[in-house]
Formats: sequence, C-alpha cells, structure tokens
Amino acid sequence: MKKAEAVLVPLGAMVAGLLVFGLFCAALGVNPFLVYASIYKAGFGSWYSWQNTLVRASPLLLGALCTAIPARAGIIVIGNEGAIIVGGLGAIWAGLATPSLPPFLALTVMTFAAMLCGGLWIAAEVALQHYRGVSAVISGLLLNYLAIALMNQLIEGPLRDPSSFNSPASYPLAPSHRLGSFAGTHVHHGLIFGVAACLLAWFLIDRTTFGFAMKIGGGNVRAAQLAGLPVGRLVVIAGLLGGACAGIAGMVEVAAVHGRANESLNAGYGYSGILVAFLSRQNPLVIVLVSLLTGGLLASGGMLQRAHDLPDATIAVLQGILFLFILLSDTFYGRFNFTRTKTPEARAAHANAA
Amino acid sequence: MQTQPEGLGAWGIAVALAGGAMRGSIPYMFVSLGECLTEKSGKINLGMEGVLLMGAMTAFAVSDITGSPWLGVMAAAAVGMLLGALHAWLTQQPAVNDVAAGIAMIVFGSGLAFFFGKRFVAPMAPQLPLLDFGGWSRVPAIQSALRISPLFFVGIAAAFLLHWIFTRTSWGLKVRAAGDDTQAARALGINVNAVRFIAITIGGGLAAAGGAHLTLYFPGIWSEGISGGQGLMAVALVIFAKWSPRRCLAAALLFGGAQALGPSLQSLGVNGYYHLFNASPYLLTLGVMIATCTPHRRLAGMPGALGKK
Repeated sequence: MKKAEAVLVPLGAMVAGLLVFGLFCAALGVNPFLVYASIYKAGFGSWYSWQNTLVRASPLLLGALCTAIPARAGIIVIGNEGAIIVGGLGAIWAGLATPSLPPFLALTVMTFAAMLCGGLWIAAEVALQHYRGVSAVISGLLLNYLAIALMNQLIEGPLRDPSSFNSPASYPLAPSHRLGSFAGTHVHHGLIFGVAACLLAWFLIDRTTFGFAMKIGGGNVRAAQLAGLPVGRLVVIAGLLGGACAGIAGMVEVAAVHGRANESLNAGYGYSGILVAFLSRQNPLVIVLVSLLTGGLLASGGMLQRAHDLPDATIAVLQGILFLFILLSDTFYGRFNFTRTKTPEARAAHANAA
Repeated sequence: MQTQPEGLGAWGIAVALAGGAMRGSIPYMFVSLGECLTEKSGKINLGMEGVLLMGAMTAFAVSDITGSPWLGVMAAAAVGMLLGALHAWLTQQPAVNDVAAGIAMIVFGSGLAFFFGKRFVAPMAPQLPLLDFGGWSRVPAIQSALRISPLFFVGIAAAFLLHWIFTRTSWGLKVRAAGDDTQAARALGINVNAVRFIAITIGGGLAAAGGAHLTLYFPGIWSEGISGGQGLMAVALVIFAKWSPRRCLAAALLFGGAQALGPSLQSLGVNGYYHLFNASPYLLTLGVMIATCTPHRRLAGMPGALGKK
C-alpha cells in the first residue's frame, strides 16, 4: 500500500496542478485543452520535439540531483542555479587554459573543474547550515546572486571575447573541447552524464553503507551521532556530490550547447531542477522520468507563445502551481485508507519519513 | 536623478550613500516588517521574494491603468495579502514543510508576476510623488538625496505601529504567545491557527506594499530582475534584527546603504569591479547570517515555536 500511495499521491498532485493551470488558462480566455495539446505536441509530439525535450532534460537531471542528494542527508539545497553557473565558469576556465589538449582529456579536465567548482559551492552552503546554523535555503539563494555577479564580472572582464559586442560572452572553446551529439540528432552527450549520474546516485543512496549512513544522519542527527556516525562529514560530502552534479550541468551547457560562457548559463535549469527533485520525492530513479516530463514542459514555452499568444512565463506559472500542489500533497500521505485504518502516530511517523 | 556628487569629494560618497540608504531601504523595511510579523506568530515565510515581485508588478500595472500610484500601492498590498493567505493555509496543513512551501511561493509568485508583467515591460507608470526636504541646500547631490519617497515614512510608521501592537495590544500578545509556544497558547484558549493566518496574511500585504517602491519610484519601470533578491535578504535581515520591528528599521537602512555602494562608487568613476560591488548586499547578508546564527542554542529574541511543526 505504501508503494501505491507513493505513486498515486504525487501523480494526483500533478493532475490537480494541471487542472488548476487549465482553469487559469480558461480564466484568461484560452481553451485549456488546446494548451494541453500544444504542450504535448511541443514536448512529445514528434521525434524532433522529443529531441528538444531531451536536450532540456540533461541539465534538469543533473540540476535535480543537486537538491535530491543533500535532501537524503536532511538538508534542503536550492543553490542549484549558482552551482550550475560556477560549474560552467570552471569548465570554461579549464577549457580555455588547455587549448592544446586532445579532446577526451580536455573534456575530462573540464568536467573535473566543473565538479570541483559546483561541489565546493554547495558543500559550503551545506557546511554553513550544519556547523553554523545558517539556513541553506537563504545562503543558497544569496550565493545564486553572487554566482551571477561573478559570471558577469568574468565574461565582461578577463574572459571576455572582444568580438562579443552586444551580449558579453567568453572566448569560444576550441572545437576539440566541444561535447558532441548522438549521430543524426541534436541531442548532445550531456544526456549520458545525466542518466549515469542518476543511476550512480541511486546506487549510492540505496545500495551502499554510505547512503544508509547519510539517510540516518538526515533522519535524526543526535541518533546518528550516538551511533558514532561522522554526521558533519557525511552531510558535507552529500553537498559536494550534489554540487558536483550541478557543476557538470554547467559544463554540459557550456561544452555542448553554447560553446562559450554567456548569460544563457543562468537559464533557470537550477530552479526547475528543484521542482524536479521535489516532484520525484528526491528519488534519483524517478528523477529520470520527471526530468523528461519537465523537459517537455520547458520545451513547449515557445509553442505556447506562437499558438496561443501566451507569454513564455506561462511555463513558470505552471511550474509554480505544480510546486504548490506537490507540497500540499505531503499532507495526504497516510490519509487514504486503502486497507486499514492508521493511528495518528503512524501517520505522523510516515509524514516524517517522507 | 543620478546627479554627480562631484565637488563634494569624499563627502560625495557619504551623501550619495545616505540618500541611497533611504531610497534602497524601503523594500527591505516593508518585507522585513512583514516577515517579522509572520515569524512572531511562529511560522516562516521564505517566499517573500515572490510576494515582493507580485507587489511590484501589481503596483505598476494598477498605477499604469488607473493613473493613481496610491491605488497601485493598495492593490499591491491586497495581492500580497492573498499570497500571504495562501502561504498561511498551505503551511497549516499537517506535514507540509514551511521552508519548502516558501520555495514554492517564490516560484509561484515570480512566475505569476512575470506572466502578468509581460505586457507592462515597455511603458512607464505614474510614480509616487516625492517629498522634498532638500530645498535649503544649493548642492544638487544633497537635494537629490533628500528627495524622499513617502513610503519611507509609511515604513517607519509601520515599524513603530508593529512595536506598539506587539507590546501594548492583546492581539499582539496573542501573536507572540502563538509564536513562542503553540501548546501553551492553545491552553490559554487562543485560536493559534486563526492568529497565525491573520499575521501571515497581513505580513504578505506589508511585503507586497514594499514592492510598490521598486516600480513606482525612479526610474519607474517594471522588469523581471527588479527585486534582485531583496525579498530574500529581508528575510535574513529579520534574524539579524532579532525579531524586533524597530531594529528591522535600522537593519533595513544598513542594507539599503550596502545596495547604494556599487552605484555610488560607479558615479565617482570606480568601474573596475562593478558587478562585484553590486553584489555587496548579498555578501553582507551572508556575513551577517554567519555572524548571528549558531547551531547550538536558540537565538535571542527568536520565537520559540519557529520552525517547529
């Protein structure tokens, strides 16, 4: 029954969110069924739209892990956007500093640089919460703004390509430093990084003692400490891993999509990644599925604009509504009596475990 | 508006900073007072950034449509109260996490603001009239620094009013009781949920009214990046101000000043690290948080029930 609930409650929340979004569209005089149809067509209607969806799914997969991994250790991280940006900056720096390296080596160096930058960025937020009591939500958002300032400083300063006149950008990466695409598509290899990271994260959390220790630390810090677990170190490593994933997302955007660092690094994949992580209930395997759905939603922004004259922020409204419903759904766990009546204690225990 | 403080030398920076502090403090003031009221009742609303953006957009739109900036301020407050009520209702459901609900409110509020704000990106709405206190001086920099928005005084009045409510009225006592110990407040016969609902709703209204300053003051335009995290920093500021409305005022002035640092230095010709100077409020907030927070004990002045379900 727990399993049925774990599927039905989030699914119900998503359906309810879509319904309310439909009412929102109807209130504005747009036929909601046509809007749903457009979203489906733009996200999943053809092989071409599937490719657009997959391109957007890669940074979502990696960005979502940035919230999902530390969440298992009991810390809400929302600094994903900042970690993606500094990851991208680390990658471009490493890539521009090593123009003569052969392709494989160059991408390896860039990936590690991105992981290091993103990882340290999030580890700092997590450490501040664990050791100093500074809310990681607040520090995360502050550091997002700082990352944007850092990016602007770099792409308008030391990294600036003088030929990028109107919108500042860094020097472009050498062709050997670019991440390629799957043959015959415009879906880049970043997808491999994303899916692999989700599988690894699942294995780490569900199949290793480290993951188990992390979950204990996230459940009850005192109990974990009494059991002799180094909670601080576990939590910081969780942040490091999550941030490293977001860093790779930045590297992928730089090396596969843009070929340089520019303002597009701050495209909101970090914020959408938080939504994906919450919709997936912080489960890395579910993230794979939800990233596809969300990638399709993001891909449909342009279509909604063209077909229904709705602003591109429509998708932001839909994301906000979905977010509210997925949080509201937390209250429904254990409230549906599929088989037996639950005591209030069992309900509370369930809510805490979720 | 951006008069060059040349001829005043180093005093130029001071005058520009003081003027900038008074201008820039207004959103911080309103949001931190709204958050102070919210947190005093025992709940946290991290979604103030979304509320502030909705307030800014609503004030702009209503001022543009009706031609009356004060109607804009009131409409912003009304929308903020709706968002506050939504947050209050959501966070009072069993097992819903306050912090996560705040994140959802940021996404939802900013999404709505961007959606409805799209058609208002280009024009300029009627702005709030400014009060001129600088007539005695012939220095343009001083004159411009003393041209003050009326919302500045509304904010100061709100802070003292809130202080009076907390210390001198029975409703204020109920709010503090609900915020300090849910069980004890219930035992006293206080309807904790109702008190919190009202406090969070009014808190949202206050925060959104502060958003009106962002769009109804020079240069008086709406853009998606207009709040730049001020709603979030104001939430952090409440911790720094130890949950006291009057200390919120002082902290808001400090943050407004930090925000004026980048533009003031730029007006003096210091351009080198423009973006990083503009990021100084974020760094200041982070530094203040690191200095004030502690993992071991409850902070002085912190409502006892805050962060507990």
